[in-house]
Amino acid sequence: MKIKFAVIVFPGSNCDHDALYALKKNLNVNAEFVWHKESDLSSYNAILIPGGFSYGDYLRTGAIARFSPIMKSLINKSKQGIPIIGICNGFQILLECGLLPGALINNKNIKFLSKQVTLKVASNDSIFTHKMNIGDELKMPIAHREGNYIAKPKTLKILEEENRIMFKYKNNPNGSMSNIGGIINEGRNVLGMMPHPERACDKMLGSNDGKMIFESMIGEI
Amino acid sequence: MKAKIYIKYKDGILDPQGKVTGNALKSIGINGVEELTIGKYIEMNFSNTSRENAEKLAEESCKKLLVNPNTQTYNFEIIE
Repeated sequence: MKIKFAVIVFPGSNCDHDALYALKKNLNVNAEFVWHKESDLSSYNAILIPGGFSYGDYLRTGAIARFSPIMKSLINKSKQGIPIIGICNGFQILLECGLLPGALINNKNIKFLSKQVTLKVASNDSIFTHKMNIGDELKMPIAHREGNYIAKPKTLKILEEENRIMFKYKNNPNGSMSNIGGIINEGRNVLGMMPHPERACDKMLGSNDGKMIFESMIGEI
Repeated sequence: MKAKIYIKYKDGILDPQGKVTGNALKSIGINGVEELTIGKYIEMNFSNTSRENAEKLAEESCKKLLVNPNTQTYNFEIIE
């Protein structure tokens, strides 16, 4: 099947160009911007919600974006099993709209963190990680202030038991419970992660480990 | 008619802004404040509506948008 990614653009998204570039130039797949006021995602078979500061992070990160017109189609697409990846602010939006459980709060040390981190693959039982081995280390940047993942003990237990934690930080930078850097939904087709794989798709940028995630996704479409 | 909505973090949720501000109070010699937390205050104005409807609107707004039940709690008062 011909792959066509939709990169959703909200007012305040700022990793949309990086994501489009990585998909088109580093991964050689079709990808287009889709403005958040659109409502039709029928011609796409993969969706990326990029990082940034949608609606200026007003109220709470991702809280306003979740009511954008595009979100209705996105939620429908998620039910059809279309792979969806939310990165950074994209992860925050997926949590706010309820496609993923838990919440992201201020980093433990209060600072905005912008640096390279090492992620450990915690599960390869997903369309996003099946090309990796458990324990593999991936280097990619983080750039966030609200990346501290929290969830109720019951939710954390479910995530562990259902093998839905995909990535854990090697050295927890932000205080996230269980060192969580990325999780998937019950249907296993929606991934939310704080680190930026789209900024790690070219060795020139210090790492191309992020490519593995997209290559896994693309291999499954 | 007016709704005054108060939103705060649930107990146990990290409130770095509150913590830092509390420490700043200590550093300027204001002691005896055991804990300081910072939340949000939202005001809604209504025209020509009943108290009952204002309550309903405030409640619905909190539940659907203003509050994240994972991390926050809220309460509000209606002022005529």
